[in-house]
Amino acid sequence: MEQAVFSNELEVSYEKIKRVSSSVATHLFLILVSLGCLFPLWWAFASSLKTQETVFSDLSLFPKAPHWENYLNAWTNADFGLYFLNSLFYTSVVVVGVILVASMAAFAFSRLHFWGRNVIFLILISTMMIPIQTASVIPLFVLLNKLHLINTRLGYILPQINGGLALGIFLLKTFFDDLPKELEDSARIDGCGRFRVWWHIALPLARPAIAVLAIFNILAVWNEYLLAMLVLSSKELMPLQRGLMVFQGAHITQYPLLMAGIVITVLPVVLLYLLLQKHIIKGITAGAVKG
Amino acid sequence: MHLQKLRNFAGNYVFIAPALLFFFTFSLYPFIKVFQLSVTDWDGISPMMGIVWLANFKDLFMDNPVFWLSMKNAFVVTLLALTVQNSMALFLALLCDRDIRGGNVYRVIFYLPPVLSGIVVGLIWNWIYDGNYGLLNHFLSFIGLGDLTRAWLSDSRTALVGVSMIHMWKGFGWGFIILLAGLQSIPRELYEAARVDGANSWVVFKNITVPLMIPVFILVSILTILGTMQIYDIIIATTGGGPGYHTEVPMTRILTTMLNTSQFGYASAMGVVFGVILLVVSLVQIRASKMMRQV
Repeated sequence: MEQAVFSNELEVSYEKIKRVSSSVATHLFLILVSLGCLFPLWWAFASSLKTQETVFSDLSLFPKAPHWENYLNAWTNADFGLYFLNSLFYTSVVVVGVILVASMAAFAFSRLHFWGRNVIFLILISTMMIPIQTASVIPLFVLLNKLHLINTRLGYILPQINGGLALGIFLLKTFFDDLPKELEDSARIDGCGRFRVWWHIALPLARPAIAVLAIFNILAVWNEYLLAMLVLSSKELMPLQRGLMVFQGAHITQYPLLMAGIVITVLPVVLLYLLLQKHIIKGITAGAVKG
Repeated sequence: MHLQKLRNFAGNYVFIAPALLFFFTFSLYPFIKVFQLSVTDWDGISPMMGIVWLANFKDLFMDNPVFWLSMKNAFVVTLLALTVQNSMALFLALLCDRDIRGGNVYRVIFYLPPVLSGIVVGLIWNWIYDGNYGLLNHFLSFIGLGDLTRAWLSDSRTALVGVSMIHMWKGFGWGFIILLAGLQSIPRELYEAARVDGANSWVVFKNITVPLMIPVFILVSILTILGTMQIYDIIIATTGGGPGYHTEVPMTRILTTMLNTSQFGYASAMGVVFGVILLVVSLVQIRASKMMRQV
């Protein structure tokens, strides 16, 4: 009898040890992977605070004499300030453009009646499903050339607005479809035209969907490189990603300044991501799991 | 009254007009134009373009081993991403699916690399892999494996795998997030019921988790294929296609053909072939997920 109780206790503690040790192993592994994710970024940051002379020999992750002036240098002498402002400009204009154009179209597809509504909607959305952007890069370049939009801000902005439309229209139409119609009806009775209903009622109501759309477009435009490489050749017009490639292609790469440029490029994205990570992760997974 | 109605009707088109204008100019026109250019020998400058019909395609299929090598390279990266990256993503998702402490912290960290640009990620790893100053070589020497040190991305034996590692480092968090969301949509009662019936973890995984996750697996696989075949930014920020042609991918070939040798017609033909291959992959996806839904 006594022995049975004893062995039972032993079993319980064995179970417990097994559970705790497996949980410790799980966390150790997850922490290891996390460090693998964070280390390269921290390494870039630490290196941005060293000098060209010490950066290859000094492997410290917390430089003893941090050279913060590298950032001032990168911002002014290495033109990253210029690139940063350009990126900021492109991102804002594209995001606003996508929201305006996509919400107008989505509002029409959801609320207004016109001939060919569903067919037009499907055709517009199909660009989202078919990976044709890659193949169309060449004629897009030719077109921009014909329109004299090569090496202009507009030439970099317009194709990117177009790039965000399919997802935007789809997202906002789905959102408008789920909204009750009563609000608009009462507005219409009060004599509001279509434009005022769109602007004063539909848009403010769609704020959550617009936020998701904005986040995805901000990330896409901020990280865009291919179009910037094709379209922009003057430094004054370049966004950060293009600027980074130009800087690293120079004869002697100033590594601390390059790393400072990388930090300048990454910091807004990381901050935005940390602030809005719940929405971002929800946005990605919602589409995928319903998919 | 009629006029009023007509105005009303036309007014509705005003709402979709901007979107349509964008679509026709920047999506439809290039899409059609690429087919037209693909049967010419246009150099991108001269006002005349000679029609060569299918000569570009014939050359591409018969006499362009570099293009098919670039296809093969992209395929190798894709295969690694499908197996190594996605298994890693699934494994991590399974670990985080059990309500562990700090699960959200891990999730935020794992999804950090995917929100960075390919250029930034490539430039950072470029340096880690560097032959003279790279961290990887420092580390290998430190633990006594100094023999292995090399210029990882300029060595033809390691360049492609090196680039693939960067791509997978950037991408696994994305797969992880989607797979985790899939796992969490499985009703917990199913697991409990199976447990009551005495099923062990492996049986539960095999008989409940896997079958319910198949649509998510398919989605992740197809998006991995499409995303990886079109890899470009990481390549351009690290190897630029070298050494030799060892890390050339279709996108670098198409752009080199267009920008460096001014063969706009030929590059368009490459774009068409590549586009068709990607399209087939997408169609297979749509078919596969439809079939799965019917089952």
